[in-house]
Amino acid sequence: MADPMKIRAQMKGDVAEIRVLMSHPMETGQRKDAAGALVAAHFIKAITVEIAGKKVMDAQTGTSISRNPVFGFKVKGFKAGDKVVVNWIDTKGDKRMDEATIS
Amino acid sequence: MNTTRRTILKSGAAGSVLASLIAAGALRPTHVFAAEWNKAAFESKDVAGAMKGMGISAAADSKDLMLKVPDIAENGAVVPVDVISNIPNTTSISIFIEKNPTPLSAHFDFANGAMADVSARLKLGQTSVVKAVAKADGKFYTAQKEIKVTVGGCGG
Repeated sequence: MADPMKIRAQMKGDVAEIRVLMSHPMETGQRKDAAGALVAAHFIKAITVEIAGKKVMDAQTGTSISRNPVFGFKVKGFKAGDKVVVNWIDTKGDKRMDEATIS
Repeated sequence: MNTTRRTILKSGAAGSVLASLIAAGALRPTHVFAAEWNKAAFESKDVAGAMKGMGISAAADSKDLMLKVPDIAENGAVVPVDVISNIPNTTSISIFIEKNPTPLSAHFDFANGAMADVSARLKLGQTSVVKAVAKADGKFYTAQKEIKVTVGGCGG
């Protein structure tokens, strides 16, 4: 199981600003290791964000996302105390689910 | 298990029947990840192919779609990109990096109050145009910016 995500969710006026830091190698499949062998592609391919039980974001991602991805989103219609749940799944079928409360 | 879905998939008429059923709301994705990873689009080696794979056509240039990106990225491995759409009813944003081996880098679908304002950190293999496409009310809009890269970020 991968390392947990760090989720920061804060109300700025009526907008919830969410920042997610993920821990993942995001290998493109193009990199060569020290021995000169190609490192197999291994990257997060889908991410969802739900707030207070509602899906607000559905993302598909590819090899051009940096290692240890950082994403920022903004959402209206929610408030401090609402729960943010972020899920990701990668090309090996590894998954991660983490949550945070909007402050 | 959803027997309707199984029956249709077994019948082999999956593609269009599934699409129309999903559109009609008859099949609800039970898995958390509703959007199937668009392999054709993500593996496409050029922007045109990737856009076609995503079903994008006739994207009009729009000044209401903004890319906040650095002019020069010192480290191509981590380039901060912010795409903001002020086009009303924007439901999705796709980001393409023209010179990357596979240009489509991400696609975001918004719902239930999510604003069309996303930021991400991208890998750029070399100096490249970064292109955003927003979908709003069934139409496509595009904006782009060139980012100069001094040290490439795809592992070379």
